[in-house]
Amino acid sequence: MSDLPRSAAVGEPRLVRWTLIALALGFLALFLIVPLVAVFAEALRKGVAVYLAALREPDAVSAVRLTLLAAAVAVPLNLVFGLAAAWAIAKFQFRGRSLLLTLIDLPFAVSPVIAGMIFILLFGAQGWLGPWLQARDIQVVFAVPGIVLATTFVTFPFVARELIPLMVEQGPEEEEAAIVLGATGWQTFRRVTLPNIRWGLLYGVILCTARAIGEFGAVSVVSGHIRGETNTLPLHIEILYNEYHFAAAFAVASLLTLLALVTLAAKSLLEHRRREPMPAVEPAIEAA
Amino acid sequence: MSIEARGLSKRFGGFVALDDVNLVVPSGELVALLGPSGGGKTTLLRIIAGLETPDAGSILFHGEDATERLVRDRQVGFVFQHYALFRHMSVFENVAFGLRVRPRRVRPPEQEIRERVMELLTLVQLDFLADRFPSQLSGGQRQRVALARALAVRPKVLLLDEPFGALDARVRKELRRWLRRLHDEVHVTSVFVTHDQEEAMEVADRVVIINEGRIEQEGTPQQVYEAPATPFVYGFLGDVNLFHGRLHRGRMSIGGAELELPEFAEAVDQSALAYVRTHEIEVAPAPNGHLAIEAVIRHLRFHASSVLLELDRVADGQVMEAEIPRARFDELGLVKGQRVYLSPRSFRVFPTGKPPRTE
Repeated sequence: MSDLPRSAAVGEPRLVRWTLIALALGFLALFLIVPLVAVFAEALRKGVAVYLAALREPDAVSAVRLTLLAAAVAVPLNLVFGLAAAWAIAKFQFRGRSLLLTLIDLPFAVSPVIAGMIFILLFGAQGWLGPWLQARDIQVVFAVPGIVLATTFVTFPFVARELIPLMVEQGPEEEEAAIVLGATGWQTFRRVTLPNIRWGLLYGVILCTARAIGEFGAVSVVSGHIRGETNTLPLHIEILYNEYHFAAAFAVASLLTLLALVTLAAKSLLEHRRREPMPAVEPAIEAA
Repeated sequence: MSIEARGLSKRFGGFVALDDVNLVVPSGELVALLGPSGGGKTTLLRIIAGLETPDAGSILFHGEDATERLVRDRQVGFVFQHYALFRHMSVFENVAFGLRVRPRRVRPPEQEIRERVMELLTLVQLDFLADRFPSQLSGGQRQRVALARALAVRPKVLLLDEPFGALDARVRKELRRWLRRLHDEVHVTSVFVTHDQEEAMEVADRVVIINEGRIEQEGTPQQVYEAPATPFVYGFLGDVNLFHGRLHRGRMSIGGAELELPEFAEAVDQSALAYVRTHEIEVAPAPNGHLAIEAVIRHLRFHASSVLLELDRVADGQVMEAEIPRARFDELGLVKGQRVYLSPRSFRVFPTGKPPRTE
């Protein structure tokens, strides 16, 4: 887009142009860059020693561990599910296809708090399955399984949502070609479908991971806030903040922020790769 | 290997794509499925390939029922309209795909795969592009890669869906001739779908004309062109003038001229259609004989070796077209607005209304 030839005939007057640019940049600085800088500034205000101590504290370490565990379970699950759902929706026509599409969006539409409440309602002591679980001494809510469940639910749509438009656009023709040439279903998936969607898939996984790590609402409801046991990173930050340990809160927050920045960097790197999926020597002759 | 379709029917929701289609493609022939878009040609091709299942009827390969056979066991080569090349693989890997996915015990060794792929790429004259990716090729080159890929597995049947549809006119012409030559070399039973009558006529041994899910006519290009079986075929092949009129006791009036039709001597006041091809019309500056349609030249279109006249009939104001050779046009010295007399050299009449009454 930046290559468009610019001429006075199609452009706005200079004053308008600069005002608009200044407005956009000002907005960006105020709402994105200043808060970002503030997080790190606050975190380091009492010195590096305090910063590191806050990160090394056992409760913080346990929160990091739990957060990573939840992501480590939720992301692979949603990867498999997202792939299967996108494959089905994009390559086949079947009864209930649009219903499935709508259901995938449900976690986006429902407030995370309500998602958490649903799990309490289902698995809590007074919930539908509560007595049955209690009889078998299985703790779901206010324990690690509940947090994993809530995280999985909230991050459910990311991979599928990323893949469906991509696979719909690519259509079923390459797969049909592979099958006619004698490939089995698995060979077709491995050699044709997967390579075509790998960047989109990775992108979906990155977004899914980012959300799994940062999820607050749903996890907050099912967690029970047991320090060192059922606190994830975002919950830990909230507790520290509420107890006026500002430096520590921001130190842990900076950890999450760093994760977010890494995710963003990986995402833009991927977007860059996706634009040139093949080692193009000459410009493509037809637009894909 | 011969292909036979028996009583094939297929519906998509309320849309009838195929309606009791019967067809035999003899071994080694190159057959064109010709018809307007949405007529069911592609559906028929996809059912033969196994990419679509018929609601009724069966497909026989070499006399054996193959209706339930898995796509990958049918040994067909399929060339898709938009090529469907594997975009992340090089040209070489695209062609090698069918050999590489074979089960280990029947997979040829790497050396043999290499030789086979290069042999095919030489056949389609693209061996110098083996390392390129599909996005770096032109449309015509992609189409030839798609053909090489389909031929790599030595299919018993080659199916092509609008193989030249997405190419520009010049490349299309070149590839058509090339496909014909290729078929004469490889001799695999081939079926291709097209909506371009010129393409079907030029390339195929036999032409099957399909419309609204039914076969209208099949035969050699010459047969279907010279003896169209139905009004649809007449209208679809070549440029024609259509006259609506009434048949009565062996006579039909078209545009102010009377046709003598002894074969319809028993018809009584029956509605009918008469077809006259544009180049089968004699144009004269003065009436010559009883069968002459009076018309005024409205527009002239100059082609390479002929001139197309657009005319208004004097009798009813309807538009007609006549195509005459350049030499004849110069000889007559025709100009726009001139009054001329048209006499069809040949015509075909199809009664449309109630059948002729027998007395």
